[in-house]
Amino acid sequence: MPTIPISKAQSEYDVIIVGSGAGGGQMAYTLTLAGIKCLMLEAGRSYDVEKETPMFQTGKDAPLGGVSTPDKNFGFFDATIDGGWQVPDEPYTQASDKPEEQFMWWRARMMGGRTNHWGRISLRNGPYDFKPYSRDGLGFDWPISYEDLEPYYTKVEQLIGVYGTNEGLENTPDSPKGVLQPPPKGRVGDLMIQKHAKKLGVPVVPIHRAVLTKPQDGKDLAPKLHPDSPKAQKIVEESMSSRAACFWATDCGRGCSIRANYQSTTVHLPPALATGNLDIIPNAHVREVIVGKDGKAKGVLFIDKTTGKEERVKGKAVVLAASSGETVRILLNSASGKGIANSSGLVGKYIMDTVGSDMVGQIPALENLPPHNDDGAGGCHFYSPWWLYKEQKAGKLDFARGYHIEISGTRGMPKGNSPVPGHVLQGLYGTKLKEAARRYYGSFIHVACRGEMIPNEGSFAELDPEVKDKWGIPVMKWHWKWSDHEWNMAVHAQNTFAEIFESAGGKGLFDPKRDPKKTLLKGGQVIHEVGGAIMGADSKKSVCNQWNQTWDIKNLLLCDGAPFASNADKNPTETIMALAWRAADRLIEQARKGNL
Amino acid sequence: MNSQDQETRLPRRRVLQWFAAVAAAEGVPLPSALAQNAKPAASGYGQDPVMAKSYERGEVWPLTMTEAEKKATVALADIIFPADDLGPAASEVRVADFIDEWVSAPYPRQKGDRRVIIPGLKGMNEECRKIFGKDFADLKDSEKKEVCDVMAKGYHFFNVFVGLASGAYYSDPRCWKALGYVGNMPYGGPFKGPPEEVLKAAGVEQTVE
Repeated sequence: MPTIPISKAQSEYDVIIVGSGAGGGQMAYTLTLAGIKCLMLEAGRSYDVEKETPMFQTGKDAPLGGVSTPDKNFGFFDATIDGGWQVPDEPYTQASDKPEEQFMWWRARMMGGRTNHWGRISLRNGPYDFKPYSRDGLGFDWPISYEDLEPYYTKVEQLIGVYGTNEGLENTPDSPKGVLQPPPKGRVGDLMIQKHAKKLGVPVVPIHRAVLTKPQDGKDLAPKLHPDSPKAQKIVEESMSSRAACFWATDCGRGCSIRANYQSTTVHLPPALATGNLDIIPNAHVREVIVGKDGKAKGVLFIDKTTGKEERVKGKAVVLAASSGETVRILLNSASGKGIANSSGLVGKYIMDTVGSDMVGQIPALENLPPHNDDGAGGCHFYSPWWLYKEQKAGKLDFARGYHIEISGTRGMPKGNSPVPGHVLQGLYGTKLKEAARRYYGSFIHVACRGEMIPNEGSFAELDPEVKDKWGIPVMKWHWKWSDHEWNMAVHAQNTFAEIFESAGGKGLFDPKRDPKKTLLKGGQVIHEVGGAIMGADSKKSVCNQWNQTWDIKNLLLCDGAPFASNADKNPTETIMALAWRAADRLIEQARKGNL
Repeated sequence: MNSQDQETRLPRRRVLQWFAAVAAAEGVPLPSALAQNAKPAASGYGQDPVMAKSYERGEVWPLTMTEAEKKATVALADIIFPADDLGPAASEVRVADFIDEWVSAPYPRQKGDRRVIIPGLKGMNEECRKIFGKDFADLKDSEKKEVCDVMAKGYHFFNVFVGLASGAYYSDPRCWKALGYVGNMPYGGPFKGPPEEVLKAAGVEQTVE
């Protein structure tokens, strides 16, 4: 990815964008195609997805067969570089010693940020998800409705390429006809769960993921996305034509050198760079947003990690899209640690993650199946959208919001770990062991609850008064609390999973004596951290307005998950992009009026 | 089997049972023996290793097994994964080098397994010398199996070893067929999905056109 050193930066840009992931990538794409000069700052190094992606490497090629380690938390081939639960030189702290009150903070210091390690699950929030407080009196309403964001969901899906189907299910929006790419066929494990979950009233349908299942039709799509700009159409059409459709091998988590799936570096940044309106400085660790005496954002102060020196860049507007936690860190550290955009006192408050609770089950009907290629689209094919809205409304459940179930394939490439759990090989060796491995391989299915967490007063981030990073910048200190809604959701999910496996003639692999609440993953562990600078209709009760602008500094926009007023069970990335595109359109409108 | 065989083998059995009973001692570091061994590396491959290449075992950190440990590992892995109709022997796909790389790694999980594997190999050889007068690797196949029959009855070292050997063995594409993994093969057009015979065997129908 072409980058510039600070010495080559222009004296001033229209917009400075901090972060190169989903939000920053979308801002850069939309703004530069409209002719706005942008500088993007990325805290990590540049990354060449075409050269660096280990597309066909096997367990034989990797140290330890590629298993997870403290250096590569999701396995050796995971696209994340210079990132993970811990990042050298950049610690974070916990307010509590109790594991259930701690937050696991995933960071990726690389071009494209967290779009590199990503499930590519691309779900629209539904109409209920923007007005949760109005429905059940908990949390907060967004200042926008589904209708406000719908056109942008459509544009994002057309741009990045999302497969899936329209099922007409409650609060699970359909996309306009022709927008979605065709879904891949169900794999045997998917079809098994689908068949048997149905008996329990749990729907299982094709999931929506940002993977091309057929080549993108740039000639058709580019004019739809950029009706007023022939130049933008040409650039976008070229970029779309250079992406290939999925060839049904290698996990999406490795990245994709044929650009079949969405990463910021394969979809957003190439056309933005092609406009000539984007400069990118890597290794730029942002310390502060610079605010002038007139109360407007003037630029950004960052540490050039290659020299350790402080540098300043100027812009007429500043976009923070650094991830919720990082955006909060930058806001609170600005004005020499006094903080900015915080007249509400809510910067850092109401951080949310997704409720995660998983189970593996074994199904005898999947034993000894004829070997066949089950690799598929490199991630989920099917899922269960939340199905109990009516029961919830009738007060029949002891938690207020929904979850969906993600179903994982069964016959994955073995990489370093035993391809079957130890208990099925117990006591065996020789040909008998090989026969057992062959019999059981492919009979295990992983299901995951991904559910809505309601924002609460106990989950927030602040500056640690003592601990500083390598460059002397105060770090984040995390506070975490789950409410009974989340604990009870995990129990419900565990019971549902056990029933689904039983209904399929199998069983969940768990200790019946366990406390099902304890299956709730830790805060942050699902890596759906949002909130911390929520948007709202009232400047006293929110940090941003509906255009992602901070109330206090109108030319400072927050375009990652930070403005989320709720965290629906739908994975946040597509909503981050849709909001960013909408905010960018507003910014372009202002720029055209000379109001940037 | 004649009566003479019975007499000579019974004491062996008894000792082998004792061998299993004292297996609880495993996991205890053997200071004198371990101190002479090379130690696992202090640091790993870091957060930015080159991914798009093929690594040799021992390339990222030195292998640390002694010759005796390696010999025992090769022999034991080949009893667990022999050459047969399903696939090659463990030694053909260098399972022992994988396990050596594993127990030489600087990470907590692997260090934990090292504390089981290294003393376990030593203990196994010691018992074999007491019973048969030879190291495990020098036993006849029938004797190796006799030892494995005992160890397979809940001997923690054996379970851990089988887990590592399985991870190593099936990671090698030459052993995918033994398992039934098919994939890592790109093709154009739509995803084909499971073939009819698979759907039929599993009792499901394809629901996506």
